[in-house]
Amino acid sequence: MSATDYDAQKFHEGLVKHGLIVPVGVQGIFGRSGVFEDVLERFNALVTDLARDDGAEYFVFPPTIDRKVLEKSDYMDSFPNLAGTVFSFKGKELTARQLSEAIHAGESWEKYESMTDVVLNPAACYPVYPSFSGTVPKEGRLVTMFNWVFRNEPSPEPTRMQSFRVREFVRCGTPDQVVEWRDMWLKRGMTLLESLGLPVQAEVASDPFFGKGGKMLAVSQREQQLKFEVLVPVISRENPTAVCSFNYHQEHFGEAFAIRTEDGKIANTACLGFGLERLVMALFQTHGFDPGAWPSAVRAKLWP
Amino acid sequence: MSNEIKVRTILKEHGRLAREVEGLAPDTDLYQAGMTSHASVNVMLALEGEFDIEFPDHMLKRSVFESIASITSAVDELTATAQ
Repeated sequence: MSATDYDAQKFHEGLVKHGLIVPVGVQGIFGRSGVFEDVLERFNALVTDLARDDGAEYFVFPPTIDRKVLEKSDYMDSFPNLAGTVFSFKGKELTARQLSEAIHAGESWEKYESMTDVVLNPAACYPVYPSFSGTVPKEGRLVTMFNWVFRNEPSPEPTRMQSFRVREFVRCGTPDQVVEWRDMWLKRGMTLLESLGLPVQAEVASDPFFGKGGKMLAVSQREQQLKFEVLVPVISRENPTAVCSFNYHQEHFGEAFAIRTEDGKIANTACLGFGLERLVMALFQTHGFDPGAWPSAVRAKLWP
Repeated sequence: MSNEIKVRTILKEHGRLAREVEGLAPDTDLYQAGMTSHASVNVMLALEGEFDIEFPDHMLKRSVFESIASITSAVDELTATAQ
């Protein structure tokens, strides 16, 4: 039985009322409770188990990355509105006083800051690509990560967060290696989510590219079936929420970061990410706000 | 014909093609010739500026931008309706 109606506001109120998330005053940012985190960690552990024999290298990167990665990967061409660039103060003490006065007077203080060398990580796979530069081994590369991601899209809707975690996998190699891996995971991911009692569907999707040019990029992405999403109803039955996303980048990152396969060709990459907070929310919405009362089959999977 | 010449000029400036635009046949696949999706967006925006036209949503697809012939035919259509 679902926790609330399939409605963004009611679901948000339910999460808050049950102490699962803690609002902090900014949309799309909130604290997570111990119960919420327990479910998140259990789900993440299930994914680890599932991929145990795949031989993926595991990394965790911080929520900030080298600004050059953003610049090299064309992120600002596609999503300038979603990026989070880190600014800081680099002036002398007198200017610091002026900065302080401006803040205390309630005035704008952005003119006192300038860009740093780091940006907030915009997508879970980005931090790893610079480490792939050069020639990848014959069998390609396979990496898994647990990374925080930032998107500048404040929203009252609980599944649209400014900051969230993704359990990510990245495959790098020949087109055949990459596509075969992606197709394998699409089936595997669906089976995993179904085993947790989630009503999933997979769909061809597109990224939220910026502007009119973005519409063209999105159509091109759909026409080539480069992005798939696994969706579960959370705040709407008609517009289910993407909880897992598969992106085939073809040569995009291989070209940007000079990654080659053994035959000298530009390497292909693909990634898949489980949106961990969204998955936890999908579980709460589908099975109720009290994990102790979830169906025994679901509990047995998460708390074996 | 003059539209095709302007289209070639725009492709030269914005298409980031791996080959010389002069040597391309009207039906050469531009994506195969090295034009990325991002480059095709720049081409689209430059065409809008040059011809004072607006590409409607249904024309923002790969088949419209895949060759000099297809782009020119789209521009012909849009400039005809604009007049």
